[in-house]
Amino acid sequence: MLPARIRTLAIGTGLAVVLSGAALAAPMGTEQARHLLARTGFQPTPQEVAAFERLSHGEAVERILSTMRPKAATPLPDWMGMSPAEFFQANREIRREKREMKEAAEVKGEAKDRRDRIVGLVRQQGGDAKAWWYREMLNTTSPFTERMVLFWHNHFTSSVQKVKYVPALMRQNELFRREAAGNYARLLRDVARDPAMLMYLDGATSRKGQPNENFARELLELFTVGEGQYGEQDIKEAARAFTGWSVDRQTGAYRVYPALHDDGSKDFLGRSGNFDGDDILAAVLAHPRTSERLVEKLWREFVSPQPDAAEVKRLAALLRQNDYEMKPLLQALFLSAAFQDPKNRGTLFKSPVEMTVGTLRLLQMPVDDTLRLVRGGRLLGQDIFDPPNVKGWSGGEKWISSYTLMLREQGLQRIIQATQVAYGRRDMARPMADKEQLEETPVEGRSMRNVPMALRLPPALNGIETARLERILLALPPLTAVARDAAPGAAVAQMMLDPVYQLK
Amino acid sequence: MLDRRRFISLAGGVSVLAAARPLFAAPAASGPNWDRILVLVELKGGNDGMNTVVPYADPLYRRLRPNIAIERDQIVQLSPELGLHPALKPLQEAWKAGDMGVLLGVGYPNPNRSHFRSIEIWDTASASNQYLSEGWIARAMQGNPRPSSFVLDSVVVDDNTLPVSGPGLRNIVLRDVENFIQQAARLKQVAADRGGNPALRHLLKVQGEVHQAAFTLRDRMKNAPAPSVEMPANPFGRQLDLALRLLTSNTPLSVIKIGLGGFDTHARQREPHDRLLGILGEGLAKFRTALQGAGLWDRVLVMSYSEFGRRVAENGSRGTDHGTAAPQFVMGGKVKGGFHGRQPPLTDLSEGDVKYTVDFRNVYASVAQRWWGLRGDSGNFKPELLGFV
Repeated sequence: MLPARIRTLAIGTGLAVVLSGAALAAPMGTEQARHLLARTGFQPTPQEVAAFERLSHGEAVERILSTMRPKAATPLPDWMGMSPAEFFQANREIRREKREMKEAAEVKGEAKDRRDRIVGLVRQQGGDAKAWWYREMLNTTSPFTERMVLFWHNHFTSSVQKVKYVPALMRQNELFRREAAGNYARLLRDVARDPAMLMYLDGATSRKGQPNENFARELLELFTVGEGQYGEQDIKEAARAFTGWSVDRQTGAYRVYPALHDDGSKDFLGRSGNFDGDDILAAVLAHPRTSERLVEKLWREFVSPQPDAAEVKRLAALLRQNDYEMKPLLQALFLSAAFQDPKNRGTLFKSPVEMTVGTLRLLQMPVDDTLRLVRGGRLLGQDIFDPPNVKGWSGGEKWISSYTLMLREQGLQRIIQATQVAYGRRDMARPMADKEQLEETPVEGRSMRNVPMALRLPPALNGIETARLERILLALPPLTAVARDAAPGAAVAQMMLDPVYQLK
Repeated sequence: MLDRRRFISLAGGVSVLAAARPLFAAPAASGPNWDRILVLVELKGGNDGMNTVVPYADPLYRRLRPNIAIERDQIVQLSPELGLHPALKPLQEAWKAGDMGVLLGVGYPNPNRSHFRSIEIWDTASASNQYLSEGWIARAMQGNPRPSSFVLDSVVVDDNTLPVSGPGLRNIVLRDVENFIQQAARLKQVAADRGGNPALRHLLKVQGEVHQAAFTLRDRMKNAPAPSVEMPANPFGRQLDLALRLLTSNTPLSVIKIGLGGFDTHARQREPHDRLLGILGEGLAKFRTALQGAGLWDRVLVMSYSEFGRRVAENGSRGTDHGTAAPQFVMGGKVKGGFHGRQPPLTDLSEGDVKYTVDFRNVYASVAQRWWGLRGDSGNFKPELLGFV
């Protein structure tokens, strides 16, 4: 690690000279390190905080941005090479098999037939894809990459339920990784050609004379300029401009069909011309609201629930000056006074994914089947690869209802219970033992009566004093004080079940 | 601080006071009917009204929808002009019995075709250019204290709570009653005034509501009779089952909200739309039978709604794009059956969409005033009541 250390020191010194800010070069300390890590990643571990608290704020931000991963480390599922033709053919066969078994069962008069165990390809591969992403989030060395991929997935939404051909969604996820903190203009152009998006918002079936408005509408309303900047006619004209951008049914790749493109004149946002899709994208990228709305969304994701109007203008201008390069913007955002303001600590809710993945990373829990996390996320209101609608998850207060709040507590209790199994034995090689006990009964149904509300501490949390654990685990002081002399396992469990643990 | 709502109000010339005032409030002389319950059914994604209540006799209908029109011989005829989609056949009995109404052409001026904006307009009963943050039911009930037996006002079984969102109403989101009661006991109770920032205050408010509601539900559900009719074994049926059990338990409340999603049928719409209407029709028909059996049908008003209908002409993908006005269903023992309002003619379209004939705020005002017996002030909007209740 020596070279990296020298490098960050050098950058730190450079920044200190350039910005003449002693505060920027000074070590950021435990609270600020925790805040930066929790806001740009998942729940930080004591090791991560220890590595960051000695860095200056500038060095720490630089490290987060320079260690991103353009590709996932988790191996892709083996069905990635399937073409749409093969996919839908295989799916038809599965459905036929299911139908035949149903008929056979009816002939025999069986009350419960086996057809329910046969799962269609969409659900099979959808489950694989979701489990794959959870695996990557659990193991990644760059939590910030995952947070940005989640951000783009929630901005340029697409769902398994609508797209059905799951390999396209995995390719879209790869695109979000490649451009996680890349260039927004490039990402937008790629998304408009992305097969999953073309299927999700019906661009694939939109053609001359019969344009489908779905993509054009959401492009304007959600992805770029936002309501109030365009009229219904602009949507219709934009839809015409995108006709012909489709998906090759054989290969599943983006393909232009010139014969299906409407090359008549269009009027869009006050200009006329024989526009195609790229002209429309160029027009919305030239509109200042596109960058402002993106900055507002990033602000609510990373800084606080209420974007500061003046800061949004400043940061959006920065984004445009840099031709939509994301890194200078993200750097400025994380170095902003608002980001560092202690008043903004603990003002955002952890999403279900952040809650689950962050807790498991903190406790270094071995998870042998991430499909369980998929089910948990769905119950808590965040089914990745299946956003509720094109607007994505609303987040914020909406994460916490009477229903999900109880489920969150329940999930944390389960994890606490699971540490007793995972770390309660000498045999640490055994991952999440007692499978039948932990997996077969659905989470909702099991008795909670005998759950001991104390953790078995994983090795990573051993030997750290309670006061420091509290500063690392919680964004704000707990509502119920944790006794300094409490057993460490009981203290950590109490912190996790405190309402403050829901915040970041 | 000039917030968004206030800014819009000022900009639109709507007085700030009027926007903030209760919409359909102030109790009637006789007092509101607090034993009456509204079951709201949200059809999410924009239900295609034209293929739900079909103008089957109009040749334009088939001309504009060559691939997705409902076959004429399949229509469940309600009148010489209009009929139900065949998947809604289970509702025919309610129609014949006179306790199902169809509100025709419900919409609003300057329609917005965005899912999110339009459902917000419907849920808050705002004008098209007016931004309100409180739900229409919350505003209608404002200033009408519920009897002391009420410890919660609504149960939301789907995930959109906006119609009942507001400071005055106590709502819980519920999927499974037993689990709810069991888990509520485990949530640590913390005094709500401990919260510093808005996020923490929200957490503590939700916790407090959970505790209150769990306490009541535990007592009520213990003595509730088992439902006599089984609801369909699908997610919508399970929502109906929960609603049914809440109703038969006599838990005092005013609103139960359920939802059915998947109506955004831009492409190849017949198969999914037919299936969804089948789920809706079967579910509501069984719900009615069960409530009649329990002697509760007169106390319940079931009302469907959706953010918008869909374009009259089909698109090139054998689907339909976002449209405007659409029919709503109302059902209940006290409902006056038949058609209410007027079917918008297909010869008079605006940007390819039908023009609304009934403002949805008149529907809401009718529910507030004639169903619950709330009277009075509706802000700037002067409602014309409908006769369906």
